[in-house]
Amino acid sequence: MSELYFKTITELSAMLAAGETTSVEITQAVIDRTAAVDGQVKAFLSTDNDDALAQAKASDERRAAGNALGPLDGIPIGIKDTLAVKDQPLRCASKMLENYVSPFDATCIVKLREAGAVIWGRLNMDEFAMGSSTENSAYQTTANPWDLETIPGGSSGGSAAAMAVGEAIATLGTDTGGSIRQPAALCGVVGMKPTYGLISRYGLVAFASSLDQVGPFARTVEDAALLMEAMLGKDDLDSTSIAPQGETNYAEALKEKKGPWKLGVPREFFGEGIDPEVKANIEKAIDWYKSQGSEIVDISLPHSELAVPVYYIVATAEASSNLARFDGVRYSHRSEESKDALTLFTKSRGEGFGDEVKRRIILGTYVLSSGYYDAYYLRAQKVRRLILGDFENAFEQCDAILTPTSPTPAFKRGERSDDPLAMYLSDVYTISVNLAGLPAISVPSGFTESGLPIGLQVIGKAFGEADMFAVAHSFEQAHDYHKQTPAL
Amino acid sequence: MSETPNIDIDYVANLARLDMSTEEKAKLGGQLDDILGYFEKLNAVDVEGVEPMAHAHRVFNVWREGDEPGETYGPEVLTKMAPEQRDNQVVVPKVVE
Repeated sequence: MSELYFKTITELSAMLAAGETTSVEITQAVIDRTAAVDGQVKAFLSTDNDDALAQAKASDERRAAGNALGPLDGIPIGIKDTLAVKDQPLRCASKMLENYVSPFDATCIVKLREAGAVIWGRLNMDEFAMGSSTENSAYQTTANPWDLETIPGGSSGGSAAAMAVGEAIATLGTDTGGSIRQPAALCGVVGMKPTYGLISRYGLVAFASSLDQVGPFARTVEDAALLMEAMLGKDDLDSTSIAPQGETNYAEALKEKKGPWKLGVPREFFGEGIDPEVKANIEKAIDWYKSQGSEIVDISLPHSELAVPVYYIVATAEASSNLARFDGVRYSHRSEESKDALTLFTKSRGEGFGDEVKRRIILGTYVLSSGYYDAYYLRAQKVRRLILGDFENAFEQCDAILTPTSPTPAFKRGERSDDPLAMYLSDVYTISVNLAGLPAISVPSGFTESGLPIGLQVIGKAFGEADMFAVAHSFEQAHDYHKQTPAL
Repeated sequence: MSETPNIDIDYVANLARLDMSTEEKAKLGGQLDDILGYFEKLNAVDVEGVEPMAHAHRVFNVWREGDEPGETYGPEVLTKMAPEQRDNQVVVPKVVE
């Protein structure tokens, strides 16, 4: 792992400060690596090498003038195709937005630019972030670099695969039901979803607004902490964003917080549906914490088996409303068969959206429709509160919760394409965290016998990122799983 | 549990302003029956007296503080994205007879 493109933000920022490398050198290494491997991985939908190198050059000039901005200055960060970057395409991996170019930067991008980061490329995803395998992209299927026949997870599959193979030093994804953590686990990298509201959603194309959050992919927990510090904060352009509470110097704090902790293990997460290798791996990780003096608390999240149905009612309902804006009028695909106002809408939407998006729009419209609203949507909102209550009760007994991130390692391409319900169950351990608005992180915790990565999920209290990072960091630093890279 | 409700896909697709082929609808029908059947798990829960939860945090009546006019975009920037535009306006099919 001596290549520049496999180094961490912390390592590279030290090298930059010491004058041992330049941002142009790092950015060029990432560009060359992408040119060498992306034909096989297909993580990027588009790249703009000249733009990235111009940003890198500006960073080097800033540093030479004595005005370096901090640890992210000069670091190339790949961006999921659902976040607005000025003058770059924003397609959400959909035909619906084939020709869209962002006129502005998302707030998280503005903040990364202020920290000096090099904004790099557009990463593949499931169309409109709907999916768990990145097979729903209208443009290409991304491969898992650990086994090209398997999926990288989703919806932020491009962001995870690019990290695993050294096509960026860090990437951004979005997580509505596990779309950062599940691909991070399946690709053997760190992926984190913050407390709801901690990062502004302005400039993120809305899927399910009460669940969507932006978050980082990184090589280490410390790198993820640095990215979070740069991006968090209340934003007037997103009225659901919230001023941070408690400790926010995460990267400093994780060096000081060494435990021991009280760690909850929910018994419901180790039952039916979990792959035996994943189960054994996570139990081993729990034993490690125990061996370090942490107290393992047996907890119960009794409503967790209802998280998947609640999620697919709440998320599709919100999606059916949010996606109404793609009507063929102002900025989306317009059908050539549009004859009047109605066919302009129906034909344009019918041609522009893919199968999974249509499935969710129909489902969401149905659960909100007259006669079914109370039975589905209202009931789901009530059960959502019960799920939050489960976590509130559990956190009275523990500082953080340990679970598998995904019930299985990466599965073969096409395996679940015709069975949406099986695909939805890929997110069974991540979804309840979004419903409750909590922070959670996936860290590499080992490999299956066939060499596929497994991830450990650490769930924190609301605004408890500092503790969550520290718990994850302690495990990561005592193992070398995060340092391993695929053979590509 | 009880029999799965069969979605009237034509009706819902019209509500959603979404054109779908006959084959698409047929395939979707079976899949939606499976998914809705799975949703029935929720009927087993007692939700009497539980307040519905629309959002993770209780945040209400958010006002912008010190809202100053900021950068804005000219009509040429915004209409440029439209599938069809003319004279800084979006062109649509005739909607009034």
